[in-house]
Amino acid sequence: MSFINYLSREINCKIVYYGPGLCGKTTNLQHIYNKTNPEAKGKMISLATETERTLFFDFLPLALGEIRGFKTRFHLYTVPGQVFYDASRKLILKGVDGVVFVADSQIARMEANIESMENLRTNLAEQGYSLDKLPHVIQYNKRDMPGIASVEELRQILNPNGVPDFGAVATTGEGVFETLKAIAKLVLTELKRGGGAGGR
Amino acid sequence: MANPQMVMYEEEFNLIQGIVDRLVREANAQVVFIIDKNGQLIAASGETDQLDTTSLASLTAGNIAATGGIAKLLRENEFTTQFHEGERANIHIQLVGNRVILVVIFDNKTSLGLVRLRVKKASEELNGIFEQLLAKVQDPDHETPFAEITDDDIDNLFND
Repeated sequence: MSFINYLSREINCKIVYYGPGLCGKTTNLQHIYNKTNPEAKGKMISLATETERTLFFDFLPLALGEIRGFKTRFHLYTVPGQVFYDASRKLILKGVDGVVFVADSQIARMEANIESMENLRTNLAEQGYSLDKLPHVIQYNKRDMPGIASVEELRQILNPNGVPDFGAVATTGEGVFETLKAIAKLVLTELKRGGGAGGR
Repeated sequence: MANPQMVMYEEEFNLIQGIVDRLVREANAQVVFIIDKNGQLIAASGETDQLDTTSLASLTAGNIAATGGIAKLLRENEFTTQFHEGERANIHIQLVGNRVILVVIFDNKTSLGLVRLRVKKASEELNGIFEQLLAKVQDPDHETPFAEITDDDIDNLFND
């Protein structure tokens, strides 16, 4: 749910990075944080366990520039990927304007990708959203790892609707900003169309 | 409409800011702020210079969401009030109209009793204003700044 403030002339949107455990959601945010000018970003918050697994969420506020005198601000969140944190994932999806699904390209993680994608659909549906109507993009991460599926294969399984998708290596930053730009653009385009939040 | 968009106009903002400013004074608080349940800061008053209000807003909303999740598991509607006591700072968190969150940060210059009393009064007033705001947003004639935005405007945002 975007928030438009006529007084401060700001448009605020919420983007959630979703995907199976250890697929690189937090790494995406860390790269964005490291490569963004200090004046365009706020503090990055990570609510993580002692072993640096996301416990609740990561949060990064980002300013992307102005459109017709309105400052556009994006709040980026990640969900905890581990299966048993489902209750937390549902909470973080509330009020979402756009989703980045981060898939793990390793063949061994294919089932985890599919399970997480189904979980995303279910959790969105519980809140009256449909993934098919919600702006979303897909990132095939870990392209530098051995034992990975081809992008075509991943696309066939995870992207039947043909939404924008990107290969990535989040640890080096490859594909990270391309993914972010694509989702930001989709979210703003959806708002322009007078939609916003895929349930309407 | 499951999840109506939050829009803030000057008229309502001034009313809300007035209530928040008054609450700082009357409760003798350090900081008062209002955020929506998604973690967007709506208004703030008091000694906000030293505070990272964006982070605070996001974490408070996460806190309220988690508490709401616990309430649901216990078949409660919501836990509308939370209070955290520290050595120097205390924080009182109040859910208003199940839509926005009123946060008061205070030290030992005031008391929890006074804060609660003032928060109760402010909550009632805020509830009315947010209902009015919601009605305005749901009015089919209400304008959005997006109507005039072109695809080129959006593209230009991403030209490095």
